[in-house]
Amino acid sequence: MKHIFSKKNRALLAELVRTDFKLRYQGSVLGYAWSLLKPLLMFGILYVVFVKFIRLGGDIPNFPIYLLFGIVTWNFFSEITTLGLMSVVGRGDLIRKIRIPRWIIILSSSITGLINLGLNLMVVLVFVLFANIDLLKTSIYVPFYLLEIYIFALGVSLILSAAYVKYRDISYIWEVLMQAGFYLTPILYPLSLIANENIQKLVLINPIAQAMQDARYALVTPATTTLKSLFGGPVIYLVPIGIVTLTLVGGVLYFKKEAKYFAENL
Amino acid sequence: MSKDTDVAIRVSNVFKSFKLPHEKQSTVKGLFLNAFNGKRTYEKQEVLKGVNLEIKKGEFVGIVGRNGSGKSTLLKLMAGIYSPDAGSVEVEGQLTPFIELGVGFSPDLTGRENVFLNGALLGFNRDEMNKMYDGIVEFAELSNFMDQKLKNYSSGMQVRLAFSIAIRARSDILVLDEVLAVGDSAFQQKCYDYFGSLKQKNVTVVLVTHDMSAVEKFCEKAILIESGKVVKTGNSLEVADAYRALFNDQIEAQNRLDNDRKKQDKNDSESLINLNSIKLSQNNRTTTLIKALKPFSVELSFDSSEEIENAVIGLNIVNSQNLILVVTSIGAKGDNYRIKKGKNTVKINIEENIYNDDSYYINLAIAKKENANEKLLYKQQQIHKFSIKGINKHKHSITHPKYSVEIE
Repeated sequence: MKHIFSKKNRALLAELVRTDFKLRYQGSVLGYAWSLLKPLLMFGILYVVFVKFIRLGGDIPNFPIYLLFGIVTWNFFSEITTLGLMSVVGRGDLIRKIRIPRWIIILSSSITGLINLGLNLMVVLVFVLFANIDLLKTSIYVPFYLLEIYIFALGVSLILSAAYVKYRDISYIWEVLMQAGFYLTPILYPLSLIANENIQKLVLINPIAQAMQDARYALVTPATTTLKSLFGGPVIYLVPIGIVTLTLVGGVLYFKKEAKYFAENL
Repeated sequence: MSKDTDVAIRVSNVFKSFKLPHEKQSTVKGLFLNAFNGKRTYEKQEVLKGVNLEIKKGEFVGIVGRNGSGKSTLLKLMAGIYSPDAGSVEVEGQLTPFIELGVGFSPDLTGRENVFLNGALLGFNRDEMNKMYDGIVEFAELSNFMDQKLKNYSSGMQVRLAFSIAIRARSDILVLDEVLAVGDSAFQQKCYDYFGSLKQKNVTVVLVTHDMSAVEKFCEKAILIESGKVVKTGNSLEVADAYRALFNDQIEAQNRLDNDRKKQDKNDSESLINLNSIKLSQNNRTTTLIKALKPFSVELSFDSSEEIENAVIGLNIVNSQNLILVVTSIGAKGDNYRIKKGKNTVKINIEENIYNDDSYYINLAIAKKENANEKLLYKQQQIHKFSIKGINKHKHSITHPKYSVEIE
């Protein structure tokens, strides 16, 4: 355990992240600027459609920022898992020919996701400042919720990437699941739009939805429905936290078991 | 492993097999279908079947074998890229495998960026790479190209760059797979020079190759793998011979036939002489690897069923092109050499060893002078093979006599 973050592994991790980042916008004119432009353009579209055309915002103040922040958190999860899913197969060349710790590959793709999150958050922050939102005291909790999503994404990536080595349909299945997840998570619409309270509860049990709502509550507006307000107590948090923990532990164990055979199965 | 601290790699009873699907099951549908049908859709290919070997620290060991014999699998197991099905692989010290040069090279990155990436894969951090960078570029002779993308490099340039990074690896154990198979002869010479330097640094090296001359030149020990098993371990010259023998089955059979015929001829005449052994020695040590430019001896031991007056022994040394380099004779001219009844031992000292690095054979003939003619009692071509090593230059010359130069 102690050599997991040895100097050597850290250097390798840094180099892999750097390479990922350099290769990402290889050959594009705007280069790194796309990291910022992408969420902005996405936001522009969603804003026009869901705030101007279909007035979804309802009673939520600063709904555009609420919307943007939701998209950013969702993209964070989506990007890490999608990159993670492909990462082991994508780095097959390395796995078959040299000995590097396999988990470094997953970690490096997740760090790429973290960097993009950082860039996107800067955009969000600019909007927050422009909208004159009082940076509520609660905003210091935002990193914890993002960490929760990160850990969840890491656990999912470990499972997906290892399974993808053997079964290549995983990528299509995951694409569909992410599509479903995008609509089953209250990203575009306020939770109050769901009439049935039991379904509201069910939707919020999902760790991403829970963390997203709590982060919005902390950063954007206390008018956000959170798991706590819905269930009337914090005990229910054990469920999403349990899901995240189980996913991570299961992911680590499964990945460890499969990692031995990556080189021959690739 | 705590007991023998001089062991670098120990492979104990390792088995490894691969599942070769008849039709690759990489879809979930296939997985389900076959799970329900219970059909066996793969073939189990056993690649290694109980391999045991030990490589000591500081040894330069060659692993040789035919294609598909399992040597590359063994190497990947040593490197920790594969896991064994049964048995264990223990490695003492840091091991770096070179299964290919320039692993992780990305065509869209510049030469410089690739150097840093490749260096990180070899375990160097950025500071260390910064220090080594100039040396690497200089050695690769690519100073003007480092800011170009790798895809614009010629393959020779890529190999040069990869190689000059690779030789910076400072592991206790290096595992090399066919690295020599690429590149022109100048590059191969660079590889050889590098191997020479590794030997001096006392690094443990495992070399997997088909190039027997490299094995004979650099390895002290070699391991021959055939159908997933170690069939021969030992002196690299002997193992290299055993490897060649695998391909020479036909020639071998022919030789045997020839030998039988010769024996028959001999029986027909007089089976007087029975050769027991030929031993080469240098500094009183028996060896088949002779150090260049140092005297050595050839010792013959044979039995004779009767006393032979006026005997002659001719012992020649020929090189790999079958050129006769040394002719020695005992009792050729007027002198009377008598072969005793029973055991005879004759030692010939080659006092001036001026021969280049090569493989050599000994031809032997024993005869009896009868009036003006000689009656052949024993004759055998290429009965013993040995090598001379240590010149490492002027490969095209056959001999290296001492010389001096006077310039007026």
